[in-house]
Amino acid sequence: MPGATRVRWVLVSATAVALVASGCSSSSSGSSSSNANATFTYQSGEPQNPLQPANANEVNGGRVIQNLFRGLVDYDPSNSQIRMQVAEKIDTSDSQTFTVTLKSGWTFHDGTPVKAKNFVDAWNWGANVKNNQINSDWFSDIQGYADVHPKSGNPATGQMSGLTVQDDTHFTIKLANKVSYFEYKLGYPAFSPLPDGFFNDPAGYGQKPIGNGPYQFVSWDHNSQIVTKAYPNYQGVDKPKNGGVVFKAYTTSEAAYADLQSNNLDVMDQVPPSALASYKTDLGSRAIDSPQGAIQSIGFTLYQPDWSGANLNKVRQALSMAIDRDTITKTVLQGSRKSATAFVAEGVAGYKSGTCTACKLDVAQAKTLLQEGGGVPGNSLKITYNADGGHKEWVDAVCNNIRQNLGVNCVGDPKPDFKTARAAITGHQIDGAFRTGWVQDYPLNANFLAQVYRTGASSNDTGYSSPQFDQLAKQADEAATVQDSETGYQQAEGVLAQDMPQIPLWYYRTNSGFSTKVQNVSFDSFGNPVWTAVQVKG
Amino acid sequence: MGTYVLRRILQMIPVFIGATLLIFLMVYTLPGDPIAALFGDKAADPAQVAQLRHLYYLDQPLWKQYLHYMWNLLQGNFGTSFTGRSVAALMGDAFPVTIRLALVAFAFEIFVGIPLGLLSGLKRGSLLDTLVLIGTLIVISIPVFVLANVAQQVVGVNLGWVTPTVQNSNDISQLILPGLVLGSLSLAFVTRLTRTSIGENRRADYMRTAVAKGLPQRTVISRHLLRNSLIPVVTFLGTDLGALMGGAIVTEGIFNVKGVGNLLYQAIRHKEGPTVVGVVTVLVIVYLVASLVVDLLYAVLDPRIRYA
Repeated sequence: MPGATRVRWVLVSATAVALVASGCSSSSSGSSSSNANATFTYQSGEPQNPLQPANANEVNGGRVIQNLFRGLVDYDPSNSQIRMQVAEKIDTSDSQTFTVTLKSGWTFHDGTPVKAKNFVDAWNWGANVKNNQINSDWFSDIQGYADVHPKSGNPATGQMSGLTVQDDTHFTIKLANKVSYFEYKLGYPAFSPLPDGFFNDPAGYGQKPIGNGPYQFVSWDHNSQIVTKAYPNYQGVDKPKNGGVVFKAYTTSEAAYADLQSNNLDVMDQVPPSALASYKTDLGSRAIDSPQGAIQSIGFTLYQPDWSGANLNKVRQALSMAIDRDTITKTVLQGSRKSATAFVAEGVAGYKSGTCTACKLDVAQAKTLLQEGGGVPGNSLKITYNADGGHKEWVDAVCNNIRQNLGVNCVGDPKPDFKTARAAITGHQIDGAFRTGWVQDYPLNANFLAQVYRTGASSNDTGYSSPQFDQLAKQADEAATVQDSETGYQQAEGVLAQDMPQIPLWYYRTNSGFSTKVQNVSFDSFGNPVWTAVQVKG
Repeated sequence: MGTYVLRRILQMIPVFIGATLLIFLMVYTLPGDPIAALFGDKAADPAQVAQLRHLYYLDQPLWKQYLHYMWNLLQGNFGTSFTGRSVAALMGDAFPVTIRLALVAFAFEIFVGIPLGLLSGLKRGSLLDTLVLIGTLIVISIPVFVLANVAQQVVGVNLGWVTPTVQNSNDISQLILPGLVLGSLSLAFVTRLTRTSIGENRRADYMRTAVAKGLPQRTVISRHLLRNSLIPVVTFLGTDLGALMGGAIVTEGIFNVKGVGNLLYQAIRHKEGPTVVGVVTVLVIVYLVASLVVDLLYAVLDPRIRYA
């Protein structure tokens, strides 16, 4: 047996050396020519849910769905603007009723045409509470949502009254309220069309999805990889420049990084924290550092008497001005974040830098404001965070800033993991402050503001309630165009700068890299590579 | 012998029930709500949460959930994970990988550890003995994640002999490096145990008798010395096999092996009761069977031990 082991070893090392040798020769002679039929590998993991568009809200399933399906619109990766895909045009006169015209020629991977009916059926199915779709509340803007998704009990009907098919290429969407930027929401994968066959066997299609996107499903080797290949009849504006994407499951980003360095993985998601300091020297021109539509903040328990006082907004401004964001992002976070100057992440449509006036380090001003506001209740601040997300280092650094600059006794309060921390936050069992953040659903400022700061909004964890903000947000929702809505929300953001319900800290960045086998790799604001643009060197 | 085995198997039943109940309670008391966690950062929709809770039988009182689970288990149904795949299928993917990995590590321990211990035990104080002592001391004192990362960096990235991580978890030749890393600590224990045991038994009466009878040295060592000296080693190897089957979260993580350790870790993170209880139930059985086999091996090794 030891003898057999040794023989295996020699074989393994011999083939590995041969592979490395041939790899070297091809890369040294390889020019920038590319092979449009070759696939590339991407660092991923096992999806948490079946691969159904309205069920994918975590990254591992989400990034597969997003490649297998195309909705009415998507976002131009270069500037985050809306781009028409299956839709020819989406017309509205009142921001409440939208008439959708589809392009002809689009087909699902099984060859059947993409009709208006496929959208309407898919949305009705996704919204139906009986179908247990995690993203069902994405359809809540549509009139009749409560009928298919009642608060309790069984739905009265399977159809939302707001959706009407006119013919194969036309349908209308009537919303319960005016939402001027509804188009932006339509780029979310939950709004993808589904082929007729899906409805007979949703579970089966969840294992072997059939979409209409640039890539078609080939195989799902559980816990190992999901293989896709380019769909030759894809009609979108972003035709794949490669032969397909292979989503390789990794348990740790350290393992993926080791594979990337030795060309066993082509593009990775995020380099591991341990490699942040060195990845740019390790990878040279193959390193990626690009902005992401996500922001990290500290939220306050405005629902507690301690923090609901009228003057306490000045205290929160003071705390914000005591934080040295530039130093923390550079040192503790090793350049993986960028200091925030607004409540909306950089790069999304409607972003305006500098709206958070108290986001600059100014110790003298902070001390004055702290005095005016009457000081931090009890002169102590506890910041709750989840210990499994690499937050300890920066929470400690922020607390050091606050302690040194303002003399407030600030401590971090770790919860063992994300779900425990979330349960405490949503259950209002926090004392003082907590780590929070927002990752864009769609690259528009309304997404960062309406869902987080509106009275009673689904992700308003601070309990913030400002009639002024709500009023401005409502006006922005009812604006005639998306541009007007963007400016409207910028005005609403001004209210936040005064009230400071959360302290914006920094924007996320994509720190990633790619192997020597691929080129033309860039990342969008979702932190995903521009899949179809990646070229495999040939 | 037959009745002994039967009695041991009957004893497994209460242990099995107790273990599953304990694990079930532990998973239940894990903090956080698994259904709300499915929604990630976003606020969970109450109507949908209620539906999902009902779907996974989580809206029932704990004792009902346990009975429901056990009833399904008796029918061979391990339940379903949140991904919609059956837990049996998840385990069917993970256990073969872990068995292969464990086999590599186990073979390494037996076929390298025991000879090393035998040689150094026979030649106490020699250069080889000193080298083995120093070598095992180093392995015991280095944490496995350091060893694994160094092995990955040197063998995988710098030398390029193997790929840094396992590309196909079902290919046993790719599991050699992780297996060696995983087995190294136990190898050191096996070597030292064998060495000490050999050293003690060399002076035993039966050894003197065997030598005095004029038996060839080879027979003396293999028949009389080694067999008797292996009892503590076999005890250790038996429990170690159980531990190896439980998967190695650290080693599997570093080398990206999709084994039981990885499955269990993910399941605990997502608080997936059926998966955790299912995997642990199988592991409990593995432990029970391994300890039974160890006890039976005693009788084979030492003729003085008899089971009635």
